[in-house]
Amino acid sequence: MTPDLIAFFVLALIAIAAALGMLLSRNAVYSALFLVLNFGTVAVFYILLDAPFIALTQVSVYAGAIMVLFLFVIMLLGTETLPASKALPWQRPLAFILALILAGEAGYLLFFRNVTSGTIPQPVQTFGGPQALGQALFNQYLLPFEITSVLLLVAMVGAVVLTIKKKGEQ
Amino acid sequence: MVPVSYYVALSAILFTIGALGVLIRRNPLIIFMSIELMLNAANLAMVAFARIYTVLEGQIFVFFVMTVAAAEVAVGLALIVAIFRTKHSINIDEMNSLKG
Repeated sequence: MTPDLIAFFVLALIAIAAALGMLLSRNAVYSALFLVLNFGTVAVFYILLDAPFIALTQVSVYAGAIMVLFLFVIMLLGTETLPASKALPWQRPLAFILALILAGEAGYLLFFRNVTSGTIPQPVQTFGGPQALGQALFNQYLLPFEITSVLLLVAMVGAVVLTIKKKGEQ
Repeated sequence: MVPVSYYVALSAILFTIGALGVLIRRNPLIIFMSIELMLNAANLAMVAFARIYTVLEGQIFVFFVMTVAAAEVAVGLALIVAIFRTKHSINIDEMNSLKG
């Protein structure tokens, strides 16, 4: 066991435990905080995979912006815990069976089809840095980048239109 | 160096947990968080494959996925707030009519 491998397994355990905590906690605020922990560990994995720029974007966009939005809405609506409702009785076992099938499919592809075998070349020093990504984004992928800005504008307008109070409403 | 296939396996586990969350939870906010977890697992797989083949395109695609996720969260949370205003509840079992 090299130190790399030990660090990977500890972080993977934290990531899976945080995901399960998000899934199982009764209070939505705890769920959101568990998800922040999960995003943080995934950001560390990005650094280990030679993607430092994506790692920092992950922390600032996901853990910073998106999860703060989530916490705002949870606290604004006051829906930390929902009353228990009569769910369909067969839904939960069926969900577990479907999840098991999904995991089995992924495991089959990973371990029996051997999609990731072979030696991995060492990347150049600047691989995954802001300079390399910026060069590719603003030259080769300029049009998708501009379309993304339009998408964000549409999302912003949509959020405002959906939540605006009409005249005459209280 | 950790074998990159371990990262792909971890991403598969996280994706399965996210899918399970969408299926068993009744709070739409937590269903939404599970969708974010699935997007994140897909991102992890894409960064891992970008590392295997040492191409930058995987990371650029992750960048676009993050912006789309941000837009999706803004609109989705606005929808949840709008539903809460009209129904005074966000239980997913009560959202069974298209007409508010």
